[in-house]
Amino acid sequence: MAQIDPSNRGLRLAARYAVLVLIAVIFIFPLVFMVVSSLKPDQQLLSDTGSLRAFLPVGDIGLGNYAAAFQRAPVGLFIFNSVLVTGITVVLSLLVCSLAAFAFVFLEWRGSGLLLSVILATLIVPFETIAIPLLLIVNQLPWIGLDGLSTGWLNSYRVQILPFVSDGLTIFLFVQYFRDLPRELIEASRVEGASWWMIYRRIVMPLAGPVLATAAILKFLVMYNQYLWPLMVVQEEGYRPVMVGLQYFFQLNRAWGEIMAYLSLITLPVLAFYFVLQRAFISSIASTGVKG
Amino acid sequence: MTRTNLMAGTILATALSAVIATGAAAQTELSMWYHGAGGEVESAIINRIVDDFNASQDDWAVELQSFPQGSYNDSIIAAALAGNLPDIIDVDGPVMPNWAWSGYLQPLPLDESVIENFLPGTKGEWNGELYSIGLWDAAVAMVTRRSYLEDNGIRIPTLEEPWTREEFDAALVTLEETGEFQYPLDVGMAWTGEWYPYAFSPLLQSFGGDIVDRESYATAEGALNGDAAIEFGEWWQSLFERDLVPGTSQDPADRETGFVEGKYAISWNGNWAAVPILAEYGDDTLFLPAPDFGEGPVIGAASWQFGVSATSEHPEGAAAFIEFALQDEYLAEFSDGIGLIPATPTAAEMTENYAEGGPMAVFYELSEEQARLRPVTPGYVVAAKVFEKALADIANGADVIDTLDAAVDEIDADIERNQGYGH
Repeated sequence: MAQIDPSNRGLRLAARYAVLVLIAVIFIFPLVFMVVSSLKPDQQLLSDTGSLRAFLPVGDIGLGNYAAAFQRAPVGLFIFNSVLVTGITVVLSLLVCSLAAFAFVFLEWRGSGLLLSVILATLIVPFETIAIPLLLIVNQLPWIGLDGLSTGWLNSYRVQILPFVSDGLTIFLFVQYFRDLPRELIEASRVEGASWWMIYRRIVMPLAGPVLATAAILKFLVMYNQYLWPLMVVQEEGYRPVMVGLQYFFQLNRAWGEIMAYLSLITLPVLAFYFVLQRAFISSIASTGVKG
Repeated sequence: MTRTNLMAGTILATALSAVIATGAAAQTELSMWYHGAGGEVESAIINRIVDDFNASQDDWAVELQSFPQGSYNDSIIAAALAGNLPDIIDVDGPVMPNWAWSGYLQPLPLDESVIENFLPGTKGEWNGELYSIGLWDAAVAMVTRRSYLEDNGIRIPTLEEPWTREEFDAALVTLEETGEFQYPLDVGMAWTGEWYPYAFSPLLQSFGGDIVDRESYATAEGALNGDAAIEFGEWWQSLFERDLVPGTSQDPADRETGFVEGKYAISWNGNWAAVPILAEYGDDTLFLPAPDFGEGPVIGAASWQFGVSATSEHPEGAAAFIEFALQDEYLAEFSDGIGLIPATPTAAEMTENYAEGGPMAVFYELSEEQARLRPVTPGYVVAAKVFEKALADIANGADVIDTLDAAVDEIDADIERNQGYGH
């Protein structure tokens, strides 16, 4: 039996790549299945599932499922809503949580340790347990809009955004990252007369690229995959996000091809967002050990 | 144009728009939620009914909001908590008692004469009051091919003379021995959820058992773990042990297409799945009544129905819309559009599939003759899930008596926790 010579770097590299390619293939196959299936008519899609044909664009291929998906549901509206809600929440969350973490790490004030512990404790509280009290609260909150003062936030974008702007995990990520920054840098800036705001804006945040990417991706995924909350607070179609929209395709006789087409479409923003931030994300995993 | 003329014109235009606005405002708005978002045909029909109603009178204007079915019930519960239920809602038949008990629905002020010809499964009655009414019903039948039975010398059962348990078992064994099928029968184990109590509790009822005791609705003791239920459980388990049906690990794709692909000889399936089968096998298609396991053949009943929310300030307007929607014309249109059974015989005659001699007319007869409502109690929503788990466990080889006893304990505990659900 042939032995791999440990000193042969080429063979070792090839073996390593073979394993990595295999792992990559395993992870990418569900995506391939989704996209390939979205191009097939239902009958063929279902009969192909038992063989490797399920991963190959063979047989009767076309874009009919995509056209049908757009006809069945306002797909563009759902994607727009999700991207809008997710985008605004991510930006606000990065700002608010990084400011909070900055205060916890660099400012000295009474009770900061206790408050941070309380915030971190919220990590173990599942959202489902606070969903109903939160619903009752947002239903009573006032709002000043174009029509004047009103009560209740249901059926709006703000009700999908504001409750998620701040969360324990994002604050924790920033706190951990800020703690690893050299204190001397901050102290020297203070000696030089820099204000806290200037230190946050000019020194800390420019160094926080990796944690910003990690926090952004994690928040993006949580927000983009929101289902229960929008289900509870949004009754008008105009504000529905993609995950609630997915239910439009689960009819008595399921159109699997359309479901795959819809899933392919709503996966695009996630992939695009990840590709933009992947370098910083990987760098953050390497430095903090935190991954999604 | 002089300044005076301009002013006069402006005043006239303002007055006219005020008159028009007053006319439009005379219609009181009724909000309505419906579970059919994503169903193109269904949405088109319900929108047309709303438009027709709004144009037919000056008192009410219905504003429709459609939800996808999978998230509809949760949306209703959240809205009830937040206190913003609409005037008109639709509700799945077996869930109606729970919503009425929970205070989401108020009795439907509809004259009995309006619905006297409606199929029993379409009437949502609880505690002696009508809470909801359906435009259609759904039914289950054994779908097979005439040639499968005739080629193997198996008697074709009829409504008057359905298969007995022995005949049914013998037919399955005969079909299995042909070696032509992966399984002689597909009961749809891949369709988890409400399919289990809807499709399988009638088999239990035909044995003489039930999910709960319908006399008192205070316990499942004796109904779900009595002799008849144990006999049913042992027969149910034997189907899987003898490889007569695919088990809980059935591929959902096989459930969708297995019968048409010839993997199964008989499919226990709903009328909503009949159209593609008819398209494939045409006149060779047979829809057979449920077997009689001793206490008569039974199939499930009740589908989606319309009702008035408890918080509606205009129940008379909501009822006016519902009564308007109950016209035969719309019942037939829904049936032709989505394949379900129209609620009245006169509407059935107007349809392509359910008119006398139509390819699916047998489903109307099945609904009329064999349909039995699932337990009419607010506790059904919990009991149904317990029943589903018990049947899956038994199919997977769990001890029948222990499993049914445990299910009874769970259902009884829930009834007790809810102070008997008002029964």
